[in-house]
Amino acid sequence: MNDMLHHPFVDNPGSPLPEIEGHISHGRFERVLRAGHFAVTTEIAPPDSADAEEVYARAELFDGAVDAINATDGSGANCHMSSVAVCALLSHIGYSPILQISCRDKNRIAIQGDILGAAAMGVCNVLALTGDDVSAGDHAEAKPVFDLDSISLLTTIKTMRDESRFMSGRHLDVAPKLFAGSSINPFVPPVESRVLQLKKKIDAGAQFIQSQYCFDMPVLKDMMKRAVDMGLAEKAFILPGVGTLASAKTANWLRTHVPGVHIPDAIIKRLEGAEKQKAEGQKICVELMQEVKEIEGVSGVHVMAYRQEEFVAEMVKESGVLEGRVPWAPEN
Amino acid sequence: MYSARRFATRHSRAYEAFYDFVEPIILFVIGGLSKLSGGRLDKPMTWVEAKTKGALFDCQMCGNCVLSSTGMTCPMNCPKTIRNGPCGGVRANGNCEVKPEMRCVWVDAWDGASRMRKGNQIHEIQFATNKAHLGTSAWLRLLEERQQAAEQESKQ
Repeated sequence: MNDMLHHPFVDNPGSPLPEIEGHISHGRFERVLRAGHFAVTTEIAPPDSADAEEVYARAELFDGAVDAINATDGSGANCHMSSVAVCALLSHIGYSPILQISCRDKNRIAIQGDILGAAAMGVCNVLALTGDDVSAGDHAEAKPVFDLDSISLLTTIKTMRDESRFMSGRHLDVAPKLFAGSSINPFVPPVESRVLQLKKKIDAGAQFIQSQYCFDMPVLKDMMKRAVDMGLAEKAFILPGVGTLASAKTANWLRTHVPGVHIPDAIIKRLEGAEKQKAEGQKICVELMQEVKEIEGVSGVHVMAYRQEEFVAEMVKESGVLEGRVPWAPEN
Repeated sequence: MYSARRFATRHSRAYEAFYDFVEPIILFVIGGLSKLSGGRLDKPMTWVEAKTKGALFDCQMCGNCVLSSTGMTCPMNCPKTIRNGPCGGVRANGNCEVKPEMRCVWVDAWDGASRMRKGNQIHEIQFATNKAHLGTSAWLRLLEERQQAAEQESKQ
């Protein structure tokens, strides 16, 4: 099994891996999940820079600890290097990035072009998001596009990949072989319908799901139980998101200012009571990873450590969720 | 109007029953008028549709009407014009992430759908709207689609 995950490269690490029957993409992330391993993913913050070295340096922090790296697409409606470019750079040296596509900035013409371009540059995974509104970011005066929404985007990816055509019907010479995913937030109203929204995304073509920050384990467990009962955990790989909080103050700011972030009071109290809040935040994150791993129907965990990226590898190691497995990383 | 559209969501079942009753009448009348006038009345009829649905649902005349599938709540009032909502940014009180004073359109939609006889239609995947239909009549389009379907059937 490990041979399959650590395939010796013929030319260079950026070359596509050999096709495996039953797999959609050539990518390593799909292989890890389909092999039944508990997968770990994380997020890279695309730099405010035109320097590729900065992208490599940020990715290197996760070496040996994660199976795939999400490249955010103007997260929080703030402008950064494009996710397509970050993913192309990372794919080229062998990493397994997940291309996040937000519907906020591009219409269906631009998005479909990006999907083809990204696949041509070796990108194997894509995450369909509706995206935050422009008012949340540093260019509040920009025009919000929202031509598609996340589910329409999943339909688009699936159509291009499986039917080898654009949404207009025009034929594609080579279809983009992308492993498609989307996100879910189990904690915001209408909480009882969130599992139905999850089902809708899976019906639309999501093969993996990464969730918003999960700090409220009972709510997550309740949704996962319903998802398992509905057979959704067999249809898609579900990776709940966990995060690390730098301090009680940060946690409070996050939950009041960032849309969709739900942090229970108990977590804030625990941080407030800690002598070293940052270390306590990381301890909480490690515990959450361990707790997530025990939930039935879960295929992995998505670690979000904005501005604490350098601690991700350490936290993953400490949690033991990989059970000694070392994810692929470039040889330096 | 915001209060009228919230009222429609709360009484989605009654609205559904009423619309099921009047839909054939509406289609019959606009079909007849359109035919008689050779299409010259299409513009005023679109105006009437805009005014009626505007007053009742804050209809944005996207021309791809899905009210019956979205709990009698117009999804085009969502600032992100999501057709398969809600998004993940809904506030803890059920209000919109972008417009904090407004109830999330999709929280209302799921609520409205739960009361409707055909509420399960909210589970159907809606593809993004055809923007070329913006400002045109959804009723005339529905009529056209029904006529085409009937023609197809008679051919077979």
